[in-house]
Amino acid sequence: MRDDLPADLAPRLAEELGLKLSEYEHVVEILGRTPTVTELYMYSLMWSEHCSYKHSRKSLRMFPTEGPAVLQGPGENAGVIGVGDGWAVAFKMESHNHPSAIEPYQGAATGVGGIIRDIFTMGARPIASLNSLRFGTLDKPRQRYLFEGAVAGIGGYGNCLGVPTVGGEVYFEEAYEGNCLINAMAIGLMREEDLMLAVAAGPGNLIVLIGSTTGRDGIGGASVLASQEFDEKAEDKRPSVQVGDPFTEKLLIEACLELLQRDLLVALGDLGAAGLTSSASEMASRGGVGLEIDVTLVPQREDAMKPFEIMVSESQERMLAVVTPEKLGEVQDICEHWGLPATVIGQVTDTGRFVIREGDEVVGDMPAATLAHDAPIYDPPAERPAYLDELQRFDPLSELDHPGGVEMLTATLFDLLASPNICSRRWIWEQYDHQVMLNTVVLPGSDAAVLRIGMPGRGEVTERAIAASSDCNGRYCYLDPYTGAQIAVAEAARNVACAGGRPAAITDCLNFGSPEKPEVFWTFTESIRGMADACRAWEVPVISGNVSFYNESFGQPIYPTPTVGLVGVLEDVAHHTTLGFKQAGDVVVLLGETGAELGGSEYLKVVHETVAGLPPRVDLDAEAALREVLLAAIGEGIVRSAHDCSEGGIAVALAESCIAGAVGADIHLGDELPPVAELFSETQGRVVVTVAEDAVERLFELAFEAAVPFAVIGTVGGEVLRIEGLVEAGVVEMSDVFEGALAGLVHPEETIATEELREG
Amino acid sequence: MRLGVVLFPGSNCEQDVVHAAHELGIGAEYVWHGDTDLAGFDALVLPGGFSYGDYIRCGAVARFSPVMSEVVRFAERGGPVMGICNGFQILTEAHLLPGALLRNTGLKFICHPQPLRAERSVCHWVNLPEGTVVDIPVNHNEGNYYCDAETLERLNANGQVVLRYCEPDGSRAPGGSAPNGALDDIAGICNERGNVFGLMPHPERAVDPLVGTTDGRPFFTTVMARLAEVAG
Repeated sequence: MRDDLPADLAPRLAEELGLKLSEYEHVVEILGRTPTVTELYMYSLMWSEHCSYKHSRKSLRMFPTEGPAVLQGPGENAGVIGVGDGWAVAFKMESHNHPSAIEPYQGAATGVGGIIRDIFTMGARPIASLNSLRFGTLDKPRQRYLFEGAVAGIGGYGNCLGVPTVGGEVYFEEAYEGNCLINAMAIGLMREEDLMLAVAAGPGNLIVLIGSTTGRDGIGGASVLASQEFDEKAEDKRPSVQVGDPFTEKLLIEACLELLQRDLLVALGDLGAAGLTSSASEMASRGGVGLEIDVTLVPQREDAMKPFEIMVSESQERMLAVVTPEKLGEVQDICEHWGLPATVIGQVTDTGRFVIREGDEVVGDMPAATLAHDAPIYDPPAERPAYLDELQRFDPLSELDHPGGVEMLTATLFDLLASPNICSRRWIWEQYDHQVMLNTVVLPGSDAAVLRIGMPGRGEVTERAIAASSDCNGRYCYLDPYTGAQIAVAEAARNVACAGGRPAAITDCLNFGSPEKPEVFWTFTESIRGMADACRAWEVPVISGNVSFYNESFGQPIYPTPTVGLVGVLEDVAHHTTLGFKQAGDVVVLLGETGAELGGSEYLKVVHETVAGLPPRVDLDAEAALREVLLAAIGEGIVRSAHDCSEGGIAVALAESCIAGAVGADIHLGDELPPVAELFSETQGRVVVTVAEDAVERLFELAFEAAVPFAVIGTVGGEVLRIEGLVEAGVVEMSDVFEGALAGLVHPEETIATEELREG
Repeated sequence: MRLGVVLFPGSNCEQDVVHAAHELGIGAEYVWHGDTDLAGFDALVLPGGFSYGDYIRCGAVARFSPVMSEVVRFAERGGPVMGICNGFQILTEAHLLPGALLRNTGLKFICHPQPLRAERSVCHWVNLPEGTVVDIPVNHNEGNYYCDAETLERLNANGQVVLRYCEPDGSRAPGGSAPNGALDDIAGICNERGNVFGLMPHPERAVDPLVGTTDGRPFFTTVMARLAEVAG
């Protein structure tokens, strides 16, 4: 046993590696001696917030995680649900916020790579990815750099893999200026019987490392980057950011799926945060076995690497497999066909211990399960933030002067359509291959992406489809985390239902500041409570997820941002629905009812530069009833278009449906509310649908039976969106503003130059 | 008739091409880049993707794959070969087609529907009437076609320009209609003989009506009909 760490130095190294003194003492207690350098690194990584969920684990138990469709809940690399006819989808969302804030291209790219590996580890072929992004406002050059870099990184990686990027969301708010959010979600498809778990078993079986060589990149990523907040030393952390190689990942996908298909593996796991340490120890602890690894057998890309560096390196594009000795040859043949090294680096043992050797010398010997399971679980104090009372007391209608009259209200609508949080995201998704694999039925830009279930290239095409959406309005969560988190689930579910999908399950990515601050931790638990209540009421379980804490810079936390990724199922892909108005003469119907709810709205932010008030309420029963009516009507084939009302209210929803359909509409709204509320209230539980004239009665029957408010508000036609007495806006003009806004914000110089040209 | 779809490490549109072929009742099979036996194939497609990661230069490594010398022989014997996107890049690297594909002038990857006009050409893969406008997606980072002036003149004179980027009405904008800066709006070219065809847009994405237009169908059916005719 190598004795390379003097007992008096050990606590200091532990502290540098992010372990608390009490945690270090627990390590000593487990080992019954001073840890070696390798052991200390391994414990510090595995017990970091990022890997151990030590502050969140208790709260996460609030989530409902079971349901008839759930084949695999949280705890594995990804969750899996059955979607009918023996098909299953695996999905998960994960953050890569801190690396991206330092180096946006590689940070975002490796975020995509990591989540895709989680998917094919389960035996599923990755079929789609989505993303949820947050930046500061684009008037700051650094924010433009981060935004452009992250988008290019997501595209650069996903496009090369041939996995379509089909949807996502992005917001620009001051609160994310020092700490952008990059959440990547991936979805995979498989046959139910192909589900594979990362459980090491069978003493004597071999541990095989497949894929890239191991270097010093990303050492300590999980502890140094992901589990600490940013300060002026952030730039020094650049060496902790990994570099992606999507080509190797593409080969890994093909090789691993072939290995699984041929039933050659006992277990498969990917190397993500904390590298070999985490992958191996989690596999071992799930299987209740021991492992022995010789680091000198690991193919290395740099000279003189220390055992601890090899064990915690976060070099990308590596997989760990457990293989029986008799199948090793076949495994290596398949890997060689794909040009990938597959190297035996150790074996499974029955000792229950994780032994690390460097040649003949033992450099680490730990009870395997203690790495993954013995991290302390904290129950930090939570305290309602003092700022909430004042913010929530704010009444937007009585405390501000609001625009009135057709001219001013129309101008306000244009301002909202140009708002970076509302305008078209085309500039982003045209940089992503969103079509490869030929399953993308509804392209980005509608409420939810719709993907046919099937493997067209293998002649397996079905009539089923899934719909997916990711959502979270951090501003609502800042003003009221319980309600804001419910809205995140509600909006995702509404979006999926608008596309024709029945919500099935969610994944989440919970982005918060430091859990050690009681006010932040309160927003965390409240958000979980809100999401959990919504999920339970709607029987939409949480099947996977990720927590990202310490999203702060210079002591300022981000808005609480519990992002939801929801997947729903369409029994018949023919019934997929999009947001654009389809045909002149169609009748526009509002399902749901508008209230005076301007708190936290985009209108308040854009027109009054105010973030205050109470966010819109959520009525769990009404939301469910609305979705049922919508799905019934879509199922009967009478719905021509469907679009949910969210940021910017019904005015923006109508404008978006006009723009997408390149046709106008004549609309009459009620006059019970003040005009700005009627137009821009962000009341939940509302969907604008169009139906042919002869189907209006049927839709009314469906709504009436379910007690869902129903109002005929106008007809489709012409080239102008006319909202009687309130708005008069040409569709072409709206489209120009809506489609051009984002590019103009990213490249302000070019826009100015063009304007000068026009004027000159 | 059998279509061979050549699979390089890093290709990622091969399944889409096979799906498109199957939709049209054309038999299609994969050919691994390490194979050197093309016997039994009537036509070949080099699909899109990122062969070898495109790390050095798009298509620069793939042209050295063992299968490529056979592809060159197949083409020299008059066998029909179509390179789509990365496949087009590989064909230029292998000197089966003239010119090169540079980085898009906007310096960004582009993925969107794209109107294209058919030109009068000698291409075996396309026989659309001159001026026909088709709507087929583009999806690339390096699609900016370039060649020297002499080559361009020859391409035009010989009827080797098969497709041009255009406006929805088929016209060409004064400053160019190419979304990537391509010379003379060139989206697809063929060799002098007409059997080797390269294009940046993805016709396989415009076959199955569930996920796009059906404007890409002739790009697969024409050559098959022609081969059937020749076979008698």
